[in-house]
Amino acid sequence: MAFTAFSGPATAAAEPAARRRSPIALFLLLPGIFYLVLFFVTPLISLVITSLQAPDPLIFGQYVNAFNWQNYVTVLETYWPQAIRSGGYAALATLFALLIGFPLAYFIGITLRPYPLIQSLALVLVIAPFFISFLLRTLAWKQIFSTEGPVVGLLSAIGAMPAGSSITGTDFAVVFGLTYNFIPFMVLPIYATLVSLDLRLLEASNDLYGSPATTFRTVTLPLSAAGVMSGTLLTFIPAAGDYINASREFLGSTETTMIGNVIEANFLVLQNFPAAAALSLILMAFILVLVAAYVKRSGTEDLL
Amino acid sequence: MTNNEVPKSGFAEAGADLELVGITKRFPGFTAIEELDLTIPAGSFFALLGPSGCGKTTTLRLIAGLEEPTAGRILIGGKDVTATKAYQRPVNTVFQSYALFPHMTILQNVAFGLKRRGIANADALAHEALQLVELDHVAGRKPTQLSGGQQQRVALARAVVNRPALLLLDEPLGALDLKLRRQMQVELKDIQSEVGLTFLHVTHDQEEAMTMADTVAVMNKGRIEQMGPPQELYELPHTAFVAKFLGQSNLFTGDVVSSSSTSMVVDAAGSKIEVPVARAQRTSGRVTVGVRPEKVTLHDAAPTATSGRNVIGPGRITDVSFSGVSTQYEVTIPHLGAISVFAQNTSISSLHHDGDTVWLSWAVDHAFGLADEAEAEPVSRFHADLDTSMIAVQSRKDLEAELEEA
Repeated sequence: MAFTAFSGPATAAAEPAARRRSPIALFLLLPGIFYLVLFFVTPLISLVITSLQAPDPLIFGQYVNAFNWQNYVTVLETYWPQAIRSGGYAALATLFALLIGFPLAYFIGITLRPYPLIQSLALVLVIAPFFISFLLRTLAWKQIFSTEGPVVGLLSAIGAMPAGSSITGTDFAVVFGLTYNFIPFMVLPIYATLVSLDLRLLEASNDLYGSPATTFRTVTLPLSAAGVMSGTLLTFIPAAGDYINASREFLGSTETTMIGNVIEANFLVLQNFPAAAALSLILMAFILVLVAAYVKRSGTEDLL
Repeated sequence: MTNNEVPKSGFAEAGADLELVGITKRFPGFTAIEELDLTIPAGSFFALLGPSGCGKTTTLRLIAGLEEPTAGRILIGGKDVTATKAYQRPVNTVFQSYALFPHMTILQNVAFGLKRRGIANADALAHEALQLVELDHVAGRKPTQLSGGQQQRVALARAVVNRPALLLLDEPLGALDLKLRRQMQVELKDIQSEVGLTFLHVTHDQEEAMTMADTVAVMNKGRIEQMGPPQELYELPHTAFVAKFLGQSNLFTGDVVSSSSTSMVVDAAGSKIEVPVARAQRTSGRVTVGVRPEKVTLHDAAPTATSGRNVIGPGRITDVSFSGVSTQYEVTIPHLGAISVFAQNTSISSLHHDGDTVWLSWAVDHAFGLADEAEAEPVSRFHADLDTSMIAVQSRKDLEAELEEA
């Protein structure tokens, strides 16, 4: 199953030295290297160059190559609240996805293990939302959360909310949307580690005076750490850069703008390409540093 | 919280009695254990012996608390533990699969149970237990870096270190080579007698069960067939299953033709076999009697019938396998089938050969009578050829022999 690609410790056996140095290996890597250079390194260099451009002194709206590093200072000064909000939203969404996703993965991977048919079905249900466009699903949530929608109707009927108020456009709606959209990315890697967990180890822990809670803390959780790692990274990274959930057309408002929305606006609306490029690079650097620190702390370097 | 307590009260001072009362375990579709009653006295080394699928591992899992019985009660040291969970029972298990925690070092594995019970010097005690199994030098390694035999010894140390009132061993020596197994058998026995713990050892290896255990229970199809000291079980099996599973047996089935207060005579396909009444489970009707192969003596000529010895024959030796200390013969006697004989190689000349005609005898006192009947076995190793072509060949040979004589 493809999900196992995310999980488990590196099990690659040591290759014989002679085969590792073989020029054929290098030759076989060529298409991959070519692809990376063309579609990753080149745009990255282009992005760095764009981020340092200065406005053309003659034609308004045009930019010329320069070494205008002040772009970075300007965007940070202007957009720091959105940057912090992005990190906060993404962290919250990752936390909620973990809190919902781990029990779900545990249920499918361990509780349903004696019933393989139901297990496969449950797994399909986790993936099923992907068959419908992510935009449509997010729009559907907008409908559900809208002022005329059932959620507001119910909450105002029981007096928990003033009538006519709205859920869309709030922090809650955006974090909810992010959590909802990224839960499968949390569930699948955790499922992959739990489905191969040897239940006899849990029995051994039980036999050695480990209560269910202790067994979970000392055996189940450490043995599924690789899946939790992959899951949180796969959720946090795209959530931090997401611009659909927080946009005004979907679940957000001007109060919930994330860094992704700012980048989108700078590229497509304001056409301030250097600012957008600088923001993209800042986001990238921020995520890289955060992920590296996280992986280092978790002690699972073999994931990187 | 009273129901959630982990036994914290130090080490067991001594082993505890184990009592199973009317235990039944049903799984969807089949019954693994039926109405099992079993008492294991404190401090004994008890072996549960049986073929795979006989319910012995299920019994162990029920005692450990890893399965719940469908009916019946489990008492450890007089206390009913049927309703308690595995982690609340003063029981530890050495698992057949070792079940070592792969993310912990060997030391952490061994100290696991001690730490759960909040014992202060857990690491020091774990080192001690590792020294006992001669693996203290690998304390810092992970289980995957150890060989199968080493892992098994770690599993043993991890259970023994807790000094449980009852130690359950699920085929714990299976992966060890012969020399290490002997060594571990001795060590296990030492630990057991030193601390006085109660050991319950589940195995399908009859030799291991007999050398280590004080009491052996032979289990078959979810029931205990017979229980007792190893020697008693071997010398006086009660059922055909025990007679066949524990060592080898020559069994004969026939009707009791005469019986006195001390012995009875069974007519097995024409051969008269006498069995002491005291060693027979049944003394009338159709019975199965038997004798162990090493109790049977070979004779070149028909021995004179003496009282106190059963004599059968003549038969032909159909197989000889020499194994140094002894020789195993297979003697085929018409209507009785193949009979095994173990003869000690005490003198060179005593060796018999394939095809020799021999008589067999054994002391009446060595025979035993079973409670059940042995399953019908083919009378000879070769089925009678009754198809027409074989009959034709046979009658032609007879005819030729007659003509030659004439």
